Amino acid sequence: MTEMADLVIGYQNPLRDPADRRLPRIAGPCGLVIFGVTGDLARRKLMPAVYDLANRGLLPPSFALVGFARRDWAEQDFAQVVHDAVKEHARTPFRDEVWKQLSEGFRFVPGEFDDDAAFDRLRQTVEELDQSRGTVGNHAFYLSVPPKFFPHVVAQLKQHGLATSKPGAWRRVVVEKPFGHDLASARELNRMVDAVFPPGSVFRIDHYLGKETVQNILALRFANEMYEPIWNRGYVDHVQITMAEDIGIGGRAGYYDGIGAARDVLQNHLLQLLALTAMEEPVSFHAHDLRLEKIKALSAVRLPADLATGTARGQYEAGWQGGEFVHGFLEEDGISPISTTETYAAVRLEVDTRRWAGVPFYLRTGKRLGRRVTEIAVVFHRAPHLPFTATATEELGQNALVMRIQPDEGVTVRFGSKVPGTAMEVRDVTMDFTYGKSFTESSPEAYERLLLDVLLGDPPLFPGHEEVELSWQIVDPITGFWASGGKPEQYPAGTWGPDSADEMLARDDRGWRRP
Amino acid sequence: MTLDLTSTTSSRVAWAFLEARRVAGSPAMGMVLTLVIVADEDDCEYALSAATHAAREHPPRVLALISAPGSAEARLDASVSVGGTAGPGETAVLRLHGELARHPESVVAPLLLPDAPVVVWWPGAAPATPATDPVGVLGHRRITDAALEPDPIGALRERAMRFSPGDTDLAWTRLTPWRSMLAAALDSPPPADIVAASVGAEAGNPSAELLVHWLANRLKVPVNRTDTAGPGLTEARLTLANRTGDIALTRPDGVLAMLSVPGRPDRSVALKRRDTWELIAEELRRLDPDDTYANTLATLDSS
Repeated sequence: MTEMADLVIGYQNPLRDPADRRLPRIAGPCGLVIFGVTGDLARRKLMPAVYDLANRGLLPPSFALVGFARRDWAEQDFAQVVHDAVKEHARTPFRDEVWKQLSEGFRFVPGEFDDDAAFDRLRQTVEELDQSRGTVGNHAFYLSVPPKFFPHVVAQLKQHGLATSKPGAWRRVVVEKPFGHDLASARELNRMVDAVFPPGSVFRIDHYLGKETVQNILALRFANEMYEPIWNRGYVDHVQITMAEDIGIGGRAGYYDGIGAARDVLQNHLLQLLALTAMEEPVSFHAHDLRLEKIKALSAVRLPADLATGTARGQYEAGWQGGEFVHGFLEEDGISPISTTETYAAVRLEVDTRRWAGVPFYLRTGKRLGRRVTEIAVVFHRAPHLPFTATATEELGQNALVMRIQPDEGVTVRFGSKVPGTAMEVRDVTMDFTYGKSFTESSPEAYERLLLDVLLGDPPLFPGHEEVELSWQIVDPITGFWASGGKPEQYPAGTWGPDSADEMLARDDRGWRRP
Repeated sequence: MTLDLTSTTSSRVAWAFLEARRVAGSPAMGMVLTLVIVADEDDCEYALSAATHAAREHPPRVLALISAPGSAEARLDASVSVGGTAGPGETAVLRLHGELARHPESVVAPLLLPDAPVVVWWPGAAPATPATDPVGVLGHRRITDAALEPDPIGALRERAMRFSPGDTDLAWTRLTPWRSMLAAALDSPPPADIVAASVGAEAGNPSAELLVHWLANRLKVPVNRTDTAGPGLTEARLTLANRTGDIALTRPDGVLAMLSVPGRPDRSVALKRRDTWELIAEELRRLDPDDTYANTLATLDSS
């Protein structure tokens, strides 16, 4: 089951049996070192996910959690921070015995990223844990820090002998998106990390891929017989992939200005969703096979010939959204009033394969849109012949299959149905499958799944560096074109983006769904 | 909302389900299975609350069958709830009076969700052969609980003798955290071969009996059982060759356990005894026959 078992040739755990499916995958003895442990992500997502994993019995008893940050904390201060984060954000109930099991493995190392003494202390801490906790040399380093610090931390890990372990044990490194801000910087980042850690040890987290509903795209497409036959240009008219947020940039001005929606969301989440929707069936769900198909799909993506009409960008302006007045992007704290950073990005892509030739994929993302929603809508052709009078089908649209990723996870099918009554009249109705609200509360959070996969060394849900680079190859020409002139069109907060995005679809005789 | 029907029939109960859904405004159903609870009046409330909890993970249609054979007149009373307290699924409490109590399957069969798996759960005493019970035969999965029988280990032996694929027992479900922790302890090779094992538990604990036979079946070593003061299971010990020591998982208080492996530091492990709803949720997660349980029972039956 685990790496440890694989490493010792000939040893088979007598208590494990593939037929025994009640037994969960438990990570082998290991530790997790979080850099940037005082950050928002660590407190809201990582620490609660660690606790939830322990509560579900999926962490080994020897698990250790090491925090590294620029704080003058003692071990108990760190434990208190984790405790508060867990109490506030964990999805499973707080249990004293689980806390006791976990907290015995907490350590804190104060220091700066350029502080050699601190990294020496980190090495000693890790070695001490191998003895006192039995983490046997297995450690994952989670870089929950701004990308500009990646080179420092990775170099320090190498210099202080933390990047390699004794034979039979592993070291892994986890990096969060953004993986660079363009192709060149992504390559530089990959080169730097790959120089220190072997390729199988680098885990790039795109938390979207850990979501149950994203994994359900694979189940829907490849576990069913009824969708695959129509999953092609013969039946599909076009595909719309939307990730809309109702919030503004909040306190992220420093990060967001100069980055924008295309780099922040389109490059990773939307293109990953496109790849999962457009790819061929992988021969297996092993990481290598799955990545292979995603890479094929991404490498077949073609940009619009005219970027001026095939893309749209916008900035939210002040307006009323959901009952409250909100500021425009250019008035946000920390944003230059002449900033040309886009908060809305849309693009019309095509996938040059036999399956998808001529089927446009419309991608859009934005902040301060009508509501928070992420979905993939596969819109089908109209029926080639309608044996009804024209008035009977006036209200009939196109069939659609919508995979709702968040917040209301599920699947919607839209089809025509007779309106009850004596006249023959056909109108669109929707049929919803919903993962119940409570259901998703008790189902694992994306970070839980991804952290466990890191500790198990199971990479299918992590994008490989080729995928990252291919995605930048798609996004770079768009952001380059935008940078070459003009500025984003304003759209009122609480609406569905700038007019140019609607015009982009109108030129194709289509329209955006209201998700 | 809840609809109460007295002196009714299955088809009117089915109508009440539809009506309640229609009034609630959500005619589409996302339910994944039918859970039939066969209980008496006393067990029913606790079983329904466990089912509602478990329903958060697996939205079911719950049919609770309560037999009241004492009364003279054959009559069906029903109380149908959708939404609200019923959780994400829907619930009907069906009270079978008089002669009707002997024909519960006639009430249940028309109310099963089309084409979805059926799970039958006896939260109290269960029939001797669940698979041939008139209601049990409708189930893909039949859940019993040996721990609630007057003679738990005797009941377990009975189940082993009359086992059919699809049978399962909460005494087995309760073992999962123990089994996964022991399996995890052996993911890396032990310092020496395992030559024997022992299980300590409260006298009469059926889960301990299953653990003994699971270990014997998987490890092919003699496994003995010792009685302790409890609560429940208190320890599992794998003895290593050449006096290397024991891999031991001990839980004296029913909450926090200690895992010791020779040459490694001792570590605490949270191993709290779980609530019934958690056990039911685990059972509903997989509805195919449990081969490991079958093999364990076979070992028990031949011992």
